[in-house]
Amino acid sequence: MSAVLTAPERANHTLEPVRGPGPTPSPVLEVRDLTKRYGPGCDQCLELTGPEHNRTTCPACGTVVACADVSFDLRPGRTLGIVGESGSGKTTVLRSLYGDIEPTSGSAVLHTPDAPGRDLFTLDPQDRRRVRNFEMGMVYQTPRQGLNFGISAGGNVAERLLAANWRQVTRIRNRASDLLDRMEIALDRMDDMPGTFSGGMQQRVQVAKALANGPLILLLDEMTSGLDVSVQAGVLDLIQEIQHEANIALIVVSHDLGVIRLLCERALVMKNGRVVERGITDQILEDPHHPYTQLLVSSVNS
Amino acid sequence: MIATTPEPAITELPTYNYAFLDELSKGAIRRAMLKAVAIPGYQVPFGSRELPIARGWGTGGLQLTLSLIGPGDVVKVIDQGADDSVNAVNIRRLVERTAPDVTTTTKTAEATIIQSRHRTPELPLRNDQLMIYQVPLPEPLRVIERREAETRRMHGEGDYSRMWVALYEDIVRNGKITRAAGYPVLVHGRHIMSPSPIPKWDLPRLHRAQNLSLFGAGREKRIYAIPPHTTVVPLAFEDYPFAVESFAGKRCAFCGSEDTFLVATPDAEGHSIYTCSDTAWCASQIEREEVSPS
Repeated sequence: MSAVLTAPERANHTLEPVRGPGPTPSPVLEVRDLTKRYGPGCDQCLELTGPEHNRTTCPACGTVVACADVSFDLRPGRTLGIVGESGSGKTTVLRSLYGDIEPTSGSAVLHTPDAPGRDLFTLDPQDRRRVRNFEMGMVYQTPRQGLNFGISAGGNVAERLLAANWRQVTRIRNRASDLLDRMEIALDRMDDMPGTFSGGMQQRVQVAKALANGPLILLLDEMTSGLDVSVQAGVLDLIQEIQHEANIALIVVSHDLGVIRLLCERALVMKNGRVVERGITDQILEDPHHPYTQLLVSSVNS
Repeated sequence: MIATTPEPAITELPTYNYAFLDELSKGAIRRAMLKAVAIPGYQVPFGSRELPIARGWGTGGLQLTLSLIGPGDVVKVIDQGADDSVNAVNIRRLVERTAPDVTTTTKTAEATIIQSRHRTPELPLRNDQLMIYQVPLPEPLRVIERREAETRRMHGEGDYSRMWVALYEDIVRNGKITRAAGYPVLVHGRHIMSPSPIPKWDLPRLHRAQNLSLFGAGREKRIYAIPPHTTVVPLAFEDYPFAVESFAGKRCAFCGSEDTFLVATPDAEGHSIYTCSDTAWCASQIEREEVSPS
């Protein structure tokens, strides 16, 4: 079963990434000073916004600073949590990395076995798309963002394989059914439309799609927020299993401290577009320093 | 040759330019064509001109023809394989009347410029012949994406996975790719192109052809091209390969050809009669038999 996820066949990439568990693996992704602004921007934007002012809109020019100066390293097989209230810029960070939105400044250097040290934000659009298809997978908050509801569940998974130049229907179907089976989707539902699936199933199809090409990095954006607790637990279990089998680096965005505590060794706490606290998840939760984190932790515990 | 009543050339009137379009328009269209030749399969936007026929009736192809013809050219116009339909006759007459030193023909081998609606001649073309296709819907990705900005991004990034998924879904639902006319092709290994609604039968003749093929969509304002010797590969899967229409066991009722694109017409008893779609090819086969009866 694990062969499904650890040995992805790549039409273009013949090099199989070495993902052995080491003591301190070198980072697969180095994000530095990631900033996303909506609006013209002025000299005071960064000084007049942020947690100390409790706002993201610059009072001088009206620019929205969705996130600013976000930096972190992501290592293979490890999980980074990003936690924060809604509007704190968590999703902006994730979508900038995946390539859905264009960041204003900053860099994100991706190290892959076959091409070390490429900055995602300066790649040309074709290479950017290739990185997005081969090296990354994204699970969106709502299935409608991540799945095409006009095509079957199998077709949604097949889309990623076709993007990787798979050109044999039988092989595509085998791989897609392996992935869906792993996600506990009944195979007789493979050719059904995602619209006929339950919410939990839709999210699992999204995960199968994101994992299709054996990505190095998997991005999860509030993927459990629409699910009930028991389904949540099942999906999270599956993701952890797969992560350990294939040594995937995970970024988990959530406003749910329980999810972060369960999945992530390290976490960032964001507020008003800034990182206010970072470190080992348990330390942050046991001994929060920033007032916002203290509030967050106490409101969950009470 | 089909007889038409002789009419005075319109150029005798001072209001009409040679070949109807003014020289600046012709220049602009020719520049768009050059760009199209430089980027095989890429749809070049152009300012589609008004013509004395309605958009959707071949104005794209006609603008290319009118921009290219000059003294000594021989023009052939095909409408669904036939030279004698109203549309084809009218386009030929417009050419004759506005460009007096250009002649028209129905014979494929004699033509220097062939304008066609939805067929490629059965006779392989030479490198001194130009093939011009009238195109109703130039965007092959329109069936899966209705936003123009998005289809342009997909072409720009070579992001064709959704086009492939559409073919995959077709196979899953129907057991084969059901698309018949306007079957998508990959040109020069880069751009997915709609070959205008020519039947699958004609696609192999576009691959590494001797001649230059030009495509004009007047209503949609796009020009694209396949330069000579360019690879044109129909999209297909390794285990579901591309196949042309099969006419096994059928032959043309007029000329007896077995290896041409046949069309069925019902006879009085309700049976189908098969005849060549390419009437010029059919006529040439009959002529050859009459010259040398076997």
